Amino acid sequence: MKNLDKWIAAFFLVVTLAYGYSTVTYELLPFERNMVFLPTTLPSGLTIISALLCMLIILTPSQQTSDSDPETEDVGIAKYFEQYEVCQALYLVLAMVAYALALRPIGFLATTTLFLVATGWILGERKLKLMIPIAAFSAFSIWYLVQETLGLYLRPLPWFLS
Amino acid sequence: MIDGVLLGLQTAFTFNNLMMVVAGCLIGTFIGMLPGLGPMSIIAIMIPIAIKIGDPSSALILLAGVYYGAIFGGSTSSILINAPGVAGTVATSFDGYPMARAGQAGKALTIAAISSFCGGTIGAILLMGFAPTLSSVALLFHSAEYFALMVVGLSAIAAFAGKGMVVKALLMTVIGLLMSTVGESALFNAPRYTMGIQDLQSGFSFITLAMALFALPEALMLVLDPSRGAQSSTSNEIKNLRISKAEAIKIAPVIGRQSIQGFLIGVMPGAGATIASFLGYAVERNLAKGEEQEEFGKGSIKGLAAPEAANNAACTGSFVPLLTLGIPGSGTTAILLGALIALNVNPGPRLMIDNPDIFWAVIISMYIGNVVLIILNLPLIPYIAKLLTIPRNYLIPFILFFTMIGAYIGQNNATELLILVGFGVFATILRFANYPLAPLLIGFILGGMMEDNFARAVNLTDGLQFMYQRPMTLVLLLIGLTMIFVPIYRRRWKKA
Repeated sequence: MKNLDKWIAAFFLVVTLAYGYSTVTYELLPFERNMVFLPTTLPSGLTIISALLCMLIILTPSQQTSDSDPETEDVGIAKYFEQYEVCQALYLVLAMVAYALALRPIGFLATTTLFLVATGWILGERKLKLMIPIAAFSAFSIWYLVQETLGLYLRPLPWFLS
Repeated sequence: MIDGVLLGLQTAFTFNNLMMVVAGCLIGTFIGMLPGLGPMSIIAIMIPIAIKIGDPSSALILLAGVYYGAIFGGSTSSILINAPGVAGTVATSFDGYPMARAGQAGKALTIAAISSFCGGTIGAILLMGFAPTLSSVALLFHSAEYFALMVVGLSAIAAFAGKGMVVKALLMTVIGLLMSTVGESALFNAPRYTMGIQDLQSGFSFITLAMALFALPEALMLVLDPSRGAQSSTSNEIKNLRISKAEAIKIAPVIGRQSIQGFLIGVMPGAGATIASFLGYAVERNLAKGEEQEEFGKGSIKGLAAPEAANNAACTGSFVPLLTLGIPGSGTTAILLGALIALNVNPGPRLMIDNPDIFWAVIISMYIGNVVLIILNLPLIPYIAKLLTIPRNYLIPFILFFTMIGAYIGQNNATELLILVGFGVFATILRFANYPLAPLLIGFILGGMMEDNFARAVNLTDGLQFMYQRPMTLVLLLIGLTMIFVPIYRRRWKKA
């Protein structure tokens, strides 16, 4: 996207302004009012510096960076879809969100197996006979390692079975 | 110092810690070899395990082993398939890959291993000399000097960012500092900036942030750009691992020079293994004459030895500011600092006094790690290299899974996974726009300590007078400001 760095700086400016607003409206506790160093002292300074830096990036022309990787060149949004596997990456992100939401109710073993198979499928793997046993074995091994060796609880089975 | 060395030997040579070194080196080598996964990602993934270990010495020994194992592993993929696993080994591929194509893969790997070993060992010797001296100076520091020192560290990290990235690096540092103010703080009574979200009461999780900034974007970049992890069609057969006596004599002075230069670069905040390896390569190419100079880029053994010695020595050098001042000089050491804090250890000048066992055990483990890398990995290289043949359809799902489960184990909270994905996607976009991510993490980690020292200094002097009343503070603050403004001013002056 053209001037992606400026759009990001604009986004950071909005975040900074929201942060600054929270700083200004921060309610000090009664005994804090007479303190030299307040909970808002550093945040106030950071807000000003951050806003200035954002403005500097937005208002000055884009610099040629030292990293001349093709991955970081400023190209149009349509080109991103042509040049990179954006759809595949988006599907993977969705799979990760689904994994996060399903981990507790469905349990570690089934969710992890499904996640590994699904992400492999998204990336073009079609040998399910190979993928499923590898995913199931890995899920079980890691669950065993985490729960039994490290002593961290991970619910293995769905909510209605455990 | 001798007492410290003996204590370090005693701690490091326990069976448990020796196993940690071996495991760290092996894990680091295996994962570091995978294109796209750098030491930051690997260490971030390993942190929950390190914290679970509990003993800070063992945990830090494991993570340090992973660090230099990853650098070593990165060299292997640079040489064999021209796909550097880490940025610090890009220069290795300049001459390592042409050697592999010419059927000298075994020799190239041996030169890389020996150079890494020497670079790491010389670095560890220098670290033993540097660290106690710097620690004793740092003991004279008060909170005002600490605050100023952190300003210098953060400025240096921004100043060393690439051309056109200084302002972006500064912004990322400030964003990291902003994020560090979210949640509860030891200084104040009520949590700040939580927006009423219960999960933000204790602030952002360092592990989640480290994973989101490094491990996840690396994995997503492998998906977005499949050529990034593409394998070469070159045969990976590794036969003869021997080098001749003449070749050993030829590379010896290169290794010596670059080990010292690499170490000194590693000590500077913001520089690190990548700059050390490129600079080492450039210096040796300039020093070479006639035919030798023309060989660079076509399979020169000097061109291979220089970046390898330099990057390993720089890795060791980067431990100096971490262990003596508690200030990380790079993204990787910032993650190590976060891990130490999570283990209730405060790195800084008092580390040598309060926890001498940890301080010296880590240094001694570096020697052991270098020996482990050369003894264990060299004969195993032909087998380890088989890992490079794993198809990406299998590899990427596992990288994503390990990233997610690392964040989940750290907090045992599914919300963390959503935060991880959100920040991970945003960090990937930031990479496209050339915003450096390491300054954000360093700002985030140093933010709490910075505010703490700033508050103490302000309270002691009843204002900001400490900035000019204490000479050392003033000098450090001026150094910090110079570091920020000189690169910006010089660029504008050049333009004019």
